[in-house]
Amino acid sequence: MQELKALIEKEIRLEWRQRYALNGMILYIVSTIFVCYISFALKIKGMEPIIWNTLLWIILLFTAVNSITKSFTQERAGRQLYYYTLASPQGIILSKIIYNIVLLLTLSLIGVFIYSIFLGNPVQNLMMYLTAVILGAIGFSSTLTMVAGIASKAENTSTLMAVLSFPVILPMLSMLIRLSKNAMDGLEWNTSYDEILILLAIDAIVITISYLLFPFLWRS
Amino acid sequence: MKKTWWKILCVVILLYTIIQGLGGIVPRQPILNETIRNVYFHVPLWFGMMTLMTASMWFAIKYLRNGNIQDDEYSVEFANVAIFFGILGFLTGSLWGQYTWGDWLPKDPKIIAVEVGLLVYAAYFILRSSFEDEQRKARLSAIYNIFAFATFIPLVWILPRLTDSLHPGNGGNPAFGKYDMDNAMRMVFYPAIIGWTLLGVWITSLRIRLRAIERLSSN
Repeated sequence: MQELKALIEKEIRLEWRQRYALNGMILYIVSTIFVCYISFALKIKGMEPIIWNTLLWIILLFTAVNSITKSFTQERAGRQLYYYTLASPQGIILSKIIYNIVLLLTLSLIGVFIYSIFLGNPVQNLMMYLTAVILGAIGFSSTLTMVAGIASKAENTSTLMAVLSFPVILPMLSMLIRLSKNAMDGLEWNTSYDEILILLAIDAIVITISYLLFPFLWRS
Repeated sequence: MKKTWWKILCVVILLYTIIQGLGGIVPRQPILNETIRNVYFHVPLWFGMMTLMTASMWFAIKYLRNGNIQDDEYSVEFANVAIFFGILGFLTGSLWGQYTWGDWLPKDPKIIAVEVGLLVYAAYFILRSSFEDEQRKARLSAIYNIFAFATFIPLVWILPRLTDSLHPGNGGNPAFGKYDMDNAMRMVFYPAIIGWTLLGVWITSLRIRLRAIERLSSN
């Protein structure tokens, strides 16, 4: 537990020292949303809810992929070797996942806020929509952290990251789009328990598998 | 004889399947008509693919446990043949879909799931090709193999049950076993599953031996 806390603190401190990376990510979302605003909202009045929803999720997905890719590459190999002697691999993967959840939650909430300013907000059940965003941040970061670990060992990290993560993340993404569509239509909570349960189950599977497999990844 | 009996069994079963599939007597169903014969080919190919994928993951786990490069070769070749079976299943399914649902590629969760599965394994081979070092390649691709399989299974088994599917047994459609297949068909269908799976294992074993020869001759 102590180790986990120290590692998460290290991640946050590292991010805070390189604030340009964080600011860069925020600017990345803002400019993507602005591009969507110019290409969609200026041309057609009133987007279809389904397009509004899907577009937001695609933006969030790309933001997630871009921000998590660096979680293994921003530190040099030498320093990783140093952590290897200090901490257990389980501690490292859990701290990275938790840290990425926090990072991605911040980024996606900022994203949703700015997106609603520019492109309107047709959501009727806002609490449920935010639940979907939170579940999405947890799911994306747990899946992508492991994939980032694999991709960071290769030369062409950024291409591999997209290629490896998109098919793996698709089941989660389609569930998230369904859940958030339910929220947009203002359906009751009990109609969406299925989706929430499946998302939680997928998250649990992914985190368990990462926990079990990361020691092998770490060794190489 | 000890090692070849299953190959003979495979040939016999597949001959039986093909003869029954092309010339056997099948019940006449509305819409399906004669296309019901495809059940001997399309469905067992999927079963075979799932078995081969599971075998691929099994050898990936085995490789991570003992680091024996031979297990990695098993894992890759099982994945290779699984993709081949997947494409065959996809083609037979597409042909079938055209004559029953009126579309080569209808929007169906099972089809989407399979497309994603093929994407996953394509990514697996891209990952493999981006490493030079044998052990490193084997280790990382084994990790991805297990990881992808664990996220792929929920897709195949859960998603089709949540959304409407045209396939029998989903979304209120009756399963084949209940209404469409009579006992004579079942006598062909169950052996067909075994036969196609055995064929997959056979192809895989040949490819593994080829690989082993290449490895030994290059050393």
